Amino acid sequence: MISRGERVANYVILSVFAAFALFPIVTILAAALGPADSGGTAGLGNFAAAWEIGRFGTYLRTSLMVSAFVVVVSVLLSIMSGYAFGTMRFRGQSVLFYLFMLGIMMPSEAVAVPLYFDLRTLGLIDTFWSVALPQVALSVAFGTFWMRAYFRASNRAIVEAARIDGASTWRILWQVLVPPARPALVTLTVLVFMWTWNEFLIPLIMVTSESLRTAPLGLAFFQGQYTSGFTLLAAGSVIVATPVVIFYLFLQRHFVRGLLQGAVRE
Amino acid sequence: MTAARPPGEPRRVAYLYLLPAFAVYAAFLLFPIGRAVQFSLYDWDGLSLGRWVGLDNYAAIVADEGLRAAFGHALVLIVFYALGPLVIGLGLAAILNHAKVRGLGFFRTVVFLPQVVAMVVVAVAWRRVYAPDGTLNTLLGALGLDALTRGWLGDYTFALPAVGVVGTWFETGLVTVLLLAGMSRIPGELYEAARLDGAGAVREFFAVTLPSVRGEIAVALTLTVIAALRTFDLVYITTRGGPGDSTSVPSYEVYHRAFGLSQVGSAAAIGVTLTVVIFVISFGINRFADRRVT
Repeated sequence: MISRGERVANYVILSVFAAFALFPIVTILAAALGPADSGGTAGLGNFAAAWEIGRFGTYLRTSLMVSAFVVVVSVLLSIMSGYAFGTMRFRGQSVLFYLFMLGIMMPSEAVAVPLYFDLRTLGLIDTFWSVALPQVALSVAFGTFWMRAYFRASNRAIVEAARIDGASTWRILWQVLVPPARPALVTLTVLVFMWTWNEFLIPLIMVTSESLRTAPLGLAFFQGQYTSGFTLLAAGSVIVATPVVIFYLFLQRHFVRGLLQGAVRE
Repeated sequence: MTAARPPGEPRRVAYLYLLPAFAVYAAFLLFPIGRAVQFSLYDWDGLSLGRWVGLDNYAAIVADEGLRAAFGHALVLIVFYALGPLVIGLGLAAILNHAKVRGLGFFRTVVFLPQVVAMVVVAVAWRRVYAPDGTLNTLLGALGLDALTRGWLGDYTFALPAVGVVGTWFETGLVTVLLLAGMSRIPGELYEAARLDGAGAVREFFAVTLPSVRGEIAVALTLTVIAALRTFDLVYITTRGGPGDSTSVPSYEVYHRAFGLSQVGSAAAIGVTLTVVIFVISFGINRFADRRVT
């Protein structure tokens, strides 16, 4: 039913847009693999040089630790709070739920400033906790919302059957409800990992020592120091972007499906 | 937000399940936003004792030309971050939805990729594109358009649109994927009926596709408008608000005032105002979407 002309036009439009989407990414990849500005080697050697000079090994380790902590803790807490909101009835339920909803919209820009000064008073500035805990809070708001939607739509009959068999709420959650929730949990994990890995403002404010810099923060400082050449900066950028891109490409199928199901479910 | 009761029966144990999440949430989001409101009522440099000034910091947002400009720039960015991607995304998703294009999976992966890459990396890449000897100018030169070349991020007129285009680039994939999800739920018979009635691709789009994806449009607009209002990393890396203050935005002002100028009260007031603006716009978009559906 689709004419030849329309089909050709479609391919042209999609190709143009794909080129637009890939253009900056290709630019930076090409620069990272190109000859070094100082006339040195081209190719993969630039990554080794950036790794060495830019200390990206340290930054990646910090980012991995922060991300792992934030993902594990916020997904666990979100499963529990989403379970309560999704399957139980209690006093103050809607007020509490609206409070969590506010957190989804709350910009970290608004809370980061008071957090900095209060954590400074507590002596927690420039620690792992000052980077990780605010991000757990930001992620838990969304995670609660996400898991609530999932548990609300879960199979009530199986839950009732388990209850009649005398299973505790704790066992029902982990043995009945969580196993089939894997797609929803994969999507939540990818999103939280992506947000945490890419977060910039909170580490920028909370951390002064170099060993606690996350990868994006390290890249920003590296950029400040290496204004002259672009090759090493490009190589550093690729190093910072790669873990999330790999994670995304690996789980892409599940992730996009989960995203599509969850987005408009409310 | 439905008024429907959640399933299940009254259970006190719910509070125990909520407690850990709520404790972290309250300590690191609710309490700080309260503190932000408190800070915003003081003239405080972050070190010495603050001086109570009431709503002066908020009055300054209206009166101070620079701050007004920052909020104005955020509104301009909404056009680039939200409206641009919506228009482009509608077109792309409509094509992808029923053109039976080969390589759909590849295309979907490619357009979504910008969302995955850290904004700092995005900003570094685009700085390269916009540099005086960068890719964009090289491209223009090759096309014989040397007259148009310039240092895009250093140009008073073009710096803000240049930052905006990065937003368009960044958000279009997300919008496309969301809209595609909505469109894939439209029953095929609707399209066949439209085509039998003699509707072309354009008529079909306005009569069938567009009305069916209102919910997805609302979700997409909410996400992208919030992203536009919150722009920070991009401005921090590419322009630091310059040249002059032609690309300063509220979240950059929050950072700059609190940690550059030691005007913590003013920074907090901007942060609180930004939060309120985000709440109002999000509720507005969603109420609008709800009303249109029923």
